[in-house]
Amino acid sequence: MKRRKFLKSVGAGVAATGLGGILAAHRAPVFAQANTVHILRWNDFVPAADKVLREVFAPEVQKALGIKLNVETVNANDIPARATAAIQSGSGPDIIMLLNNYPQLFAAGGVDVSDIAAEVGKAQGGIYSLPQSMCKVGNQWVAMPWATVPALIAYRKSWFDEIGVKEFPKTWAQYHEAGKKLKAAKRPIGQTLGHTFGDAPTFAYPMMWSYGGQEIDAKGKVVLDSKETVESVRFMNQFWKDAHDEGGLAWDDTNNNRAFLSGDICASLNGASIYVAALNGADKFKTEKGAALHTDILHAPLPAGPKGQFAYHTAFTHMVMKYSKNAKGAKEFLRWAHTPANYEKWVVVQKGFAVAPTTQWEKHKMWDVDPVMLPFKTASRAGRHMGYAGTPDKKAAEAWNKYIIVDMYAQAASGKMKPEESVKWAAGELGKIYT
Amino acid sequence: MVAPAERVRVSRLTLMLESEKLLATALLAPGVVILVLFIAYPFVMALWFSLTSIRVGVAGEFVGLANFAKAWNDTIFQTAFKNTVFYTFWATIFKLALGMWLALILNRHFRFKRLIRASMLLPFIIPTVLSAFAWRWMFDPTFSVMNWVLFHSGMITDRLPFLSDGDWAMWCAVLVNTWRGMPFFAITLLAGLQTISPDLHEAAALDGANAWHRFWHVTWPLLLPVTLVVVVFSVIQTFSDFQLIYVLTGGGPANSTHLIATYAYQVGVASGLLGEGAALSLFMFPVLFAVIWIQLRYMKRMEGA
Repeated sequence: MKRRKFLKSVGAGVAATGLGGILAAHRAPVFAQANTVHILRWNDFVPAADKVLREVFAPEVQKALGIKLNVETVNANDIPARATAAIQSGSGPDIIMLLNNYPQLFAAGGVDVSDIAAEVGKAQGGIYSLPQSMCKVGNQWVAMPWATVPALIAYRKSWFDEIGVKEFPKTWAQYHEAGKKLKAAKRPIGQTLGHTFGDAPTFAYPMMWSYGGQEIDAKGKVVLDSKETVESVRFMNQFWKDAHDEGGLAWDDTNNNRAFLSGDICASLNGASIYVAALNGADKFKTEKGAALHTDILHAPLPAGPKGQFAYHTAFTHMVMKYSKNAKGAKEFLRWAHTPANYEKWVVVQKGFAVAPTTQWEKHKMWDVDPVMLPFKTASRAGRHMGYAGTPDKKAAEAWNKYIIVDMYAQAASGKMKPEESVKWAAGELGKIYT
Repeated sequence: MVAPAERVRVSRLTLMLESEKLLATALLAPGVVILVLFIAYPFVMALWFSLTSIRVGVAGEFVGLANFAKAWNDTIFQTAFKNTVFYTFWATIFKLALGMWLALILNRHFRFKRLIRASMLLPFIIPTVLSAFAWRWMFDPTFSVMNWVLFHSGMITDRLPFLSDGDWAMWCAVLVNTWRGMPFFAITLLAGLQTISPDLHEAAALDGANAWHRFWHVTWPLLLPVTLVVVVFSVIQTFSDFQLIYVLTGGGPANSTHLIATYAYQVGVASGLLGEGAALSLFMFPVLFAVIWIQLRYMKRMEGA
């Protein structure tokens, strides 16, 4: 081939692919973007669920909608930083999974997904109120609820039986008494009061509410520094020393799983990941008598305090990012993923660890398989949000993100502050947020 | 044969290179561009952010020094500031003492000297995130290998609260920082030691000076300029440390190990309050500026002497 002929053919190729046009437009070709949806999620505590996203969802959505799904997973505690960086730089994943009331904090970065929420809610019996409150800013849905991880106490049935507690304690006082005996037998309760996204707030907030404490009133005035809150911190202080593994002050969301599975603790507030891991590893995780560990695990809600029994469940939501050049494709993917036939493939492998955001799934046959998981079926019906009695808005999210309520208990439990001082400190910190 | 036009071009280039001003400008330009892009621009942006109410996705407005005032009254920030000073002070003291001790040993002649000198750098070479994770496992509240060894050797009956007690956790962080930073001190001080003529030590020995006297009156004064530079670098790095604490304790328990950098990250990046986070991190600036100013002044005085 002569040089002139070669240049001619290359020139023709360039013209055919429209490179000149692309360069002139200063942006990547639309067809390449439209087919790719990049989703950022956490490393699921049920790894089989991530496998479904990569090995089932990705090929199927490619076939159904021509969308190339790129699934990226990271540690859940690192997601907010990724979201901030992506929003500020205007580039990053098309969809970001957010926890709890983070959609309120990142609301400016999300597109309106009210249409998807309306369709899914209408078709599937309605969305539970807790994920609704996390995802709605005014009347607009800034994120779409994907799942809820209910927090229930996983406990060793036989160990509680051995100390004469045949039924799981209904009140904090009863739980304290049982825990005291179990800790004396080197089988303490395991609970994190560390800086971590899941088990710490799902324990600390309901503990406060069950004694009548709350962050703010309905008008947004900080009312944390009350005798009810002090009473709850005082109780927790003693409860911690008498009944808990005190290493929990340095735990993240994974430590209690490991400690429970290795037989070091008798009970822990958790999603069902401990049970699911014991079930999937029946040959590996055994009781001291050699039986499969999962046969000795039951679940119970948090006990009641003087002012009632409360729960807080971790909401997992998907935000379609405003900066995304393929927000339309990202919404199409979400709509496709929430279709019952598709969603079912993901939710059944969760075995109840994560439950659907809509009520219709309570009727699914997956709940007939294992009675141990039944308490998770309806757990999402109850639950209060952070920032009660106000809304779970960005101020509530900031208070959570600074671990103010968790640290209120941690500081007293560690002996760093007296209960009254710790409550006063926490109220002061909240006061700086709710100005 | 060279065309006249090309000859002129070559001679112009030569002329340009021969001009000291132009050559200096050309050589400095890449460095200046890098400094402006990656140091000055982010710094100016941080300054601007700190004066606004910017939060993630929302531009915010000018609020003057409100973010600084909020930080100043923030009890978690006050704790983080004290922690940062404590952490920097003790880690630097330990790194200096142990680094000096190690450098003096390595300055002697023994078998496998080169191999040992090279292996000593390992803690410094391993990425901080990886080594911090390894230490976190060793300090794990339930499965700590150190607790296991101490328990099975009968030295303890209850687990030691390495990371679950605030004071313990801070000392653990100081320990890990010392472990990681000591090789930098040792190698740099070793380089300094090797510039000291052995004749001086021999002369001092002949005059009857013992090992301690030789160190204090010969080695230490000659090593002081190098030591000062190493200490200043270390103070800057330790004061602005982030990775180690983020991985090891996440600032817990109950903010006991939060440093300015980790708290600024939590507020600015993880909570999206960019203006407040920028203000928090800028509190490091006057401290570090003072450290550098003292160093420069000292070096100027040394040059004068």
